[in-house]
Amino acid sequence: MNTQAPVLQLKDIRKNFDAVVAIENFSLDIYPGEIVALVGDNGAGKSTLIKIVSGVYGPSSGTITIEGETVAMSSATMARSHGIEVVYQDLALADQQAVYMNMFLGRELTNGIGLLDRKTMISETEKLVKELDVRIPSAHATIRDLSGGQRQGVAIARATRWAKKLILLDEPTAALGVAETAKVEEIVQSLKSRNIGVLIISHSLDQVFKLSDRICVLRRGKQIGIRKTSETNKNEIVSMITGVN
Amino acid sequence: MSSATSNAANPAMSMISRINIQQYVVYVGFLAIFLFFAIVLKDSGFLTVRNLSNIVLQTAPITIMAIGMVFVLSAGEIDLSIGSTVAVAALSAAVTMNAYGMIAGIAAGIGAGVAIGLVNGLLVAYVRLPSFLVTLATLGLFAGVARSLTNLRSIPVTDSMFTGFFGSGSLLGIPSLIWWTVIAIVAGHLIFRETRFGAHVLATGDNARAASVSGIPVPRIRLAVLVISGALAGLAGLLYAGRLQAAKYTLGETDLMTVIAAVIVGGTLLNGGKGSIIGALVGSLMMGMLNNGLILMGLSVSDQMIVRGLIILAAVAVSLREKLR
Ligand SMILES: Nc1ncnc2c1ncn2[C@@H]1O[C@H](COP(=O)(O)OP(=O)(O)OP(=O)(O)O)[C@@H](O)[C@H]1O
Ligand SMILES: [Mg+2]
Repeated sequence: MNTQAPVLQLKDIRKNFDAVVAIENFSLDIYPGEIVALVGDNGAGKSTLIKIVSGVYGPSSGTITIEGETVAMSSATMARSHGIEVVYQDLALADQQAVYMNMFLGRELTNGIGLLDRKTMISETEKLVKELDVRIPSAHATIRDLSGGQRQGVAIARATRWAKKLILLDEPTAALGVAETAKVEEIVQSLKSRNIGVLIISHSLDQVFKLSDRICVLRRGKQIGIRKTSETNKNEIVSMITGVN
Repeated sequence: MSSATSNAANPAMSMISRINIQQYVVYVGFLAIFLFFAIVLKDSGFLTVRNLSNIVLQTAPITIMAIGMVFVLSAGEIDLSIGSTVAVAALSAAVTMNAYGMIAGIAAGIGAGVAIGLVNGLLVAYVRLPSFLVTLATLGLFAGVARSLTNLRSIPVTDSMFTGFFGSGSLLGIPSLIWWTVIAIVAGHLIFRETRFGAHVLATGDNARAASVSGIPVPRIRLAVLVISGALAGLAGLLYAGRLQAAKYTLGETDLMTVIAAVIVGGTLLNGGKGSIIGALVGSLMMGMLNNGLILMGLSVSDQMIVRGLIILAAVAVSLREKLR
């Protein structure tokens, strides 16, 4: 499976916020169609790492390589132009806009004379939420009127709509019920067949073991290790997360 | 079974959430005030064609500025400086026109508005100062500039082509001020509702972070809305100069509150993410009608101010209630 070149290579990534070192010495390769789980306690630096990959923060040092090309990602636009989509922990949705406008946020479709093509955006949105079984009242619904799970569904649907190479998911099921969680897990697994790489952050080890091919552990900004999911167990991962054995 | 029920309920639910009462407040309010004056003032000439068309003509500059304010508020910013931009633009236009002719005068007026908008916009978008403070400061600053520009003197505007074009003239039997209003409303509505730029303005005001990670150039949007507002305030200055055939530092001085009130009553949220150009037009006409009616009723200037203040208070209350819903 790993005969292909990695979609994403991170090398010696370091990020500090003034005196706080959020991430250091972080290296990881993600291959097409592979699901890598990123685990660690609160404040370990997981979200920071995702934001570095997505271009929200520039790394203080280290290199990011996408499909063999070293990129200097200084903006989220750049990440997206490389086919990378993110579902942020603090959802990046515009609350007072309709679902379909959020689905196309920053990438609105226009017709021949430059006016918004609402019709196509709405029908594409309806098709997509149906495919992914995201239960929202309609594509016209305002985000503010949706439940937490429905919002999460919209954010994930948006990411899968646009991702070409890699999806970064920051605790995608933290706010979800049992059925919705299963649904999201199903969607994540379906990305494999589209050969899209996935980096998923989760505090649920059950979920991590169910979904991932490899597990990467962070503790206080340090990369403790990477394990093949098939060659490790929960006890080992827990002791890596906590530093206690 | 349960999914069938929810399917039936959902379209109805979404209909209800789309018909939002607040959107209609302005129309209901407009009608109520209109009917009130029509009845109370039926012997004072309120309902005459002359009076009603006067209301529309007089509100033209307010409507034009309100369009700019919809963009600014929707983007999550505010522009208080329009209150003095009007006078600076009108005076610049008048002085330039008297020396170099009409075209130069128009360019100077709009240019002054754009320049003030640029100053505001650059400070807000790139220095990241809050627009409330920046435009409060430039409001004062340019009020001073307007006063010193001509030493408090009023400058006559005699170019008849200009006064026709921006003031008393008409085309196809329709007064030029109405043309300006219609053109600005149609263009403003199209840009606001039907273009990507409009969508980006709303997204920026709604959730700047989300907009930014979605690739929307948030600083450029903030700059753009303030420049638009400045340019439209400049145009409002030209309309005043054209109609009054003179420019003075007092022009537009009391318009700021009226503009904000018109826009808020019209369903635009103070904290961004939602706005309506058509609502602003109706809000603006409502404010004009209110002014006109209160004068015809013989209220003193101070009483007029109190009544208008109360209406604005009510409008803001409705606006915030919607936001917290
Ligand atoms: N913008 C920022 N400025 C300063 N410090 C930050 C910033 N963002 C994160 N940090 C710090 O970096 C560290 C890592 O934070 P991060 O959000 O990456 O943790 P996390 O692993 O995602 O935790 P959680 O599981 O709670 O989401 C924390 O100590 C946090 O306080
Ligand atoms: Mg986090």
